[in-house]
Amino acid sequence: MTFNADAVRAEFPIFAKPYNGAALHYLDNAATSQVPKPVVDAVANWEMGARANIRRGVYRLAEQATEAYENARQSVARYLDADPSEVIFTSGGTAALNLVAHAFGDTLRPGDEVVISELEHHSNIVPWQMLRDRRGIGFKVFPVTGEGRVDLAALGNLITDKCRLVAVSHVSNVTGSMTFVSPIVGAARSVGAKVLLDGCQRVPHGPIDVPGLGADFYALSGHKMFGPTGIGALWARRDVLEQMPPFLGGGEMIRSVTMEGATYESPPRRFEAGTPPVAQAIGLGAACDWLMGLDWPAISANELRLKRRLLDGLGRIKGARVIGPTTLQARLGVISFHLEGAHPHDICQILDGHGVALRGGHLCAQPLMDRFGLTGVTRASISLYNDDNDIDAFFAGLEEAVERLT
Amino acid sequence: VNDDLYHAAIMTRASAAADDCRLTDADVSATVDNPLCGDRVTLDLRLDGDRIAAIGHRVRGCALCRASVAVIGETASGKTRDEVMDAETAMRALLEAGDVPADRWSVFEIFRPVADHPSRHGCVLLPFEALRNALNSLR
Repeated sequence: MTFNADAVRAEFPIFAKPYNGAALHYLDNAATSQVPKPVVDAVANWEMGARANIRRGVYRLAEQATEAYENARQSVARYLDADPSEVIFTSGGTAALNLVAHAFGDTLRPGDEVVISELEHHSNIVPWQMLRDRRGIGFKVFPVTGEGRVDLAALGNLITDKCRLVAVSHVSNVTGSMTFVSPIVGAARSVGAKVLLDGCQRVPHGPIDVPGLGADFYALSGHKMFGPTGIGALWARRDVLEQMPPFLGGGEMIRSVTMEGATYESPPRRFEAGTPPVAQAIGLGAACDWLMGLDWPAISANELRLKRRLLDGLGRIKGARVIGPTTLQARLGVISFHLEGAHPHDICQILDGHGVALRGGHLCAQPLMDRFGLTGVTRASISLYNDDNDIDAFFAGLEEAVERLT
Repeated sequence: VNDDLYHAAIMTRASAAADDCRLTDADVSATVDNPLCGDRVTLDLRLDGDRIAAIGHRVRGCALCRASVAVIGETASGKTRDEVMDAETAMRALLEAGDVPADRWSVFEIFRPVADHPSRHGCVLLPFEALRNALNSLR
């Protein structure tokens, strides 16, 4: 039975309003997803009826706020099939990655090595370059295959006994390819190294058993998974967290402070200095609860069908080249392409005239663009509310772009 | 509205500036990047005294950016350094405030539809930033 996205779409207020007088065909989900009403309601209800700072206050409102915040942590943990004590709220995916680069990074010594890949988002490149410059560590890079995957043939050469961390995307924000995690985890374990997965592009596509992946760290972004902006999370194994020093110092992360020094809280509080983004965390928790209630086999089947339409359709357009796997195996609905003779921003501009929201440019992955000899690409990214009308509008717009720009 | 962006005067110039046209005997060159999209513009200037005798370019950019490079080539050649120093200001005023440019910059009017698209202002202004940097490096 074909999945009907209308019921899901009806929960997103933005689709009820016309966009420049017509329908909005939102295909920029890899950048930011839209937000459903249950999430908006959860944030609004807290802001209007339960707002207080958490943990310190003894009045009931403060206690309720603390409970709501910790319930949100539990919701995120359920979505990740993880223990809540291993979930740290951050201000976003970038902050989660930087937290590891600083806190875990502070345990590294000159000569230790971090291995990333050529297809990483800048937020999983620059923090490690900064750590290299701060701590004198080595820095190695997995190459990328012609179809836009982390090239695991390089495993043996890259992951040596100097390696302390392998930090790679679970799913690429450009090619949509899923990284085969097991071989990386196996190689890292054999030399005592940790593994970090940037899960920002994976988590919007359904609940996931994160501990079961075998990695040590998993970073996610709230606004890409139907939550508010300004919130993300880092999952990490308890024993790894216990060994890490704090990143940011301030209130909430201490046990006691004198003028001579401070002692620190246990995880996860050790890594949540200051008043956290409480409303945003509650929104992310609500997003996880909402997502847990959906029919994921049906959604996945719908996304698969739309992916196939996009890949097949792009394959028929003269001068178009998909940057990423052209088959459906081990790839999500993040589909980037190059159109010979046309600039991504011009393509996006023309498609905006058809109500289609796309992303064009280097997609915060300039080393990957260099790998493919491109300045930028155009990206369509699918989510659970997309349907055939969105794909029809995409190809109608692309036809015009081809005609006018090439 | 989007249709207006890619009108003939823009697209003709965009095509004209697509290929590299570097000067081998430039007195000064400047390269600027657009950090948002990765576009890159290089402008070469050859001077005859205080006057711009020739302009070369290499542009890796969108149609608006390439058309902007072409317009700089059309308008700045033959002018003195002082005469072209207000070109960027005139273009910015057109895009951000809708100001009518002075007669010597009247061709800038082809970019008026871009004013409605703030996210694209940088595409048009990037070559002007390169021109400014090149001129400043002569001082």
